[in-house]
Amino acid sequence: MDPLVIIFLTSGLFLGWALGANDAANVFGTAVGTKMVKFRTAAIICSVFVILGALISGAGASHTLGKLGAITALPGAFMTALAAAVAVFSMTKSGLPVSTSQAIVGAIIGWNIFSNNPTDSATLIKILTTWVLCPVLSAIVAVILLKTLKIIGKRVKLHMIMADAYTRIGLIFAGAFGAYSLGANNIANVVGVFIPAKPFPDIVAGSFVFSSTQQLFLMGGLAIAVGVFTYSKGVMMTVGGNLGRLSPTAAFVAVMAHSIVLFLFASRGLEAWLAGNGLPTIPLVPVSSSQAVVGAIVGISILQGTTGIRWMVLGKIIAGWVATPFVAGIICFIGLFFLQNVFGLAVL
Amino acid sequence: MAPNLQLFSRTKQLEKQIDNFFDKLSESAVVYRLAVRVYLKEGVSEEFEERLVRVNKLETEADHLRRDIETQLYSNTLIPDSRGDVLGLIETVDQVMTLFEGSLWAFSIEKPDIPDAFRPGFKKLANMVVKAVDELGLGCRAFFRSPHDVPAYNHKVQLYEKEADILSTALKREIFDCDIDLSRKLHLREFVESIDSIADMAEDVADRLAIYSIKRTV
Repeated sequence: MDPLVIIFLTSGLFLGWALGANDAANVFGTAVGTKMVKFRTAAIICSVFVILGALISGAGASHTLGKLGAITALPGAFMTALAAAVAVFSMTKSGLPVSTSQAIVGAIIGWNIFSNNPTDSATLIKILTTWVLCPVLSAIVAVILLKTLKIIGKRVKLHMIMADAYTRIGLIFAGAFGAYSLGANNIANVVGVFIPAKPFPDIVAGSFVFSSTQQLFLMGGLAIAVGVFTYSKGVMMTVGGNLGRLSPTAAFVAVMAHSIVLFLFASRGLEAWLAGNGLPTIPLVPVSSSQAVVGAIVGISILQGTTGIRWMVLGKIIAGWVATPFVAGIICFIGLFFLQNVFGLAVL
Repeated sequence: MAPNLQLFSRTKQLEKQIDNFFDKLSESAVVYRLAVRVYLKEGVSEEFEERLVRVNKLETEADHLRRDIETQLYSNTLIPDSRGDVLGLIETVDQVMTLFEGSLWAFSIEKPDIPDAFRPGFKKLANMVVKAVDELGLGCRAFFRSPHDVPAYNHKVQLYEKEADILSTALKREIFDCDIDLSRKLHLREFVESIDSIADMAEDVADRLAIYSIKRTV
């Protein structure tokens, strides 16, 4: 294999690492931060299920990204992923909440502009609508889940200690589901831009075919897992602390709502079922794990009548969401210019 | 699945210990009432001493349970968001039991000479105090299973505590209005106050319980 391929892939793997470091906290942050689940347990479950999600259900959202801009040259894909990674990294450093999904979409549009490739407006509108829909849907799912749990809680009258045991198991289950959904939905951000370039030959063993795309998904999944193990502990503790006002039950609801929403936007099976029954389908788009969690928490706060929503903080979060694609797009455009004109690499 | 099964057996065990702890409270209250009754009837008799020993034993057993529960809650990091409240609750309930024990020891050691006229008053006061503690026990149990029901029990604790205050004031007034030595009056007053203080303590615990249960229902 050409060693250059590995070098070009590093930007995607860096993005995967950043995703694992940051977004694992959305899935297991509260559970680990509140000491309901040990970090080691969380990290192992998270890594395994992220990889499974990427391999089994990762194709749906990747397809949408491919439609937004098919980058066929590896150096171009390298810069697109690098621009997204740099945007994510720099915005995280300056304390702004950031989404890899938005960064990669911004970077792809940057590539489109640089290459004079028209951006498919229908796909872009689909993606933008989803970003607004994602936190709203997450809030609605959270409200329904919490209401249901409250009704069950009043009827069943579980002992506090037993309820604690069930919550622990629930948090692990929700975390595993969340990690699977994260892998399924967000693997597209990490390696999606490399798919059209087909950097690996398919591995065929009898009737089993391990395609180039699946190999990319596995590598991306492993990069996310490395991010989880090496860097996410601190982020989990911070998220756990920040969300400290949430009870473990509310934390379970937030993670569950987040996971359901991410799964909805990644599941090809569900899409096929909805289409088969003549129902409107849910677009398969990479959405932000952080936005889903924030949406769920806002939903829970509204239901509980908490007046404690800090609108300034929420405003800052939304400003971060709006700024991310622009920052990534600009970085990508400038980076491509340098790659093409200074290093003489074919980026188109 | 082994860790999960272990988690559930440990959980069941702890749940049982917490239930046992509140059983000790209810039992102490019943035995205390009987002990006061026996004292009013026959003074420090063998039966009274047996009841005293029983309350003493219950308090010691409750102490062991309390320590065990505390250790398990912290070493297994269980109910991280409410373990402080649970410990606070268990420790203050333990103090109620200590007051039962202390009151009976005082009867046993000081042997107050209670005139016949005041005996019904003492009996009524002890009954009212025990009722307050009984309701507190029910409220505590509800806190663990259905925190929404706690206010109903707390309301009764407050009601019985108020009644106990009225009874103790009336009893003290009667004591100081009657024609006995001042030293004896002071001695009797001390006993009235020590019995009444158990209801006061029950009310204090109920106040804490009210906050803890609000925290659980939000």
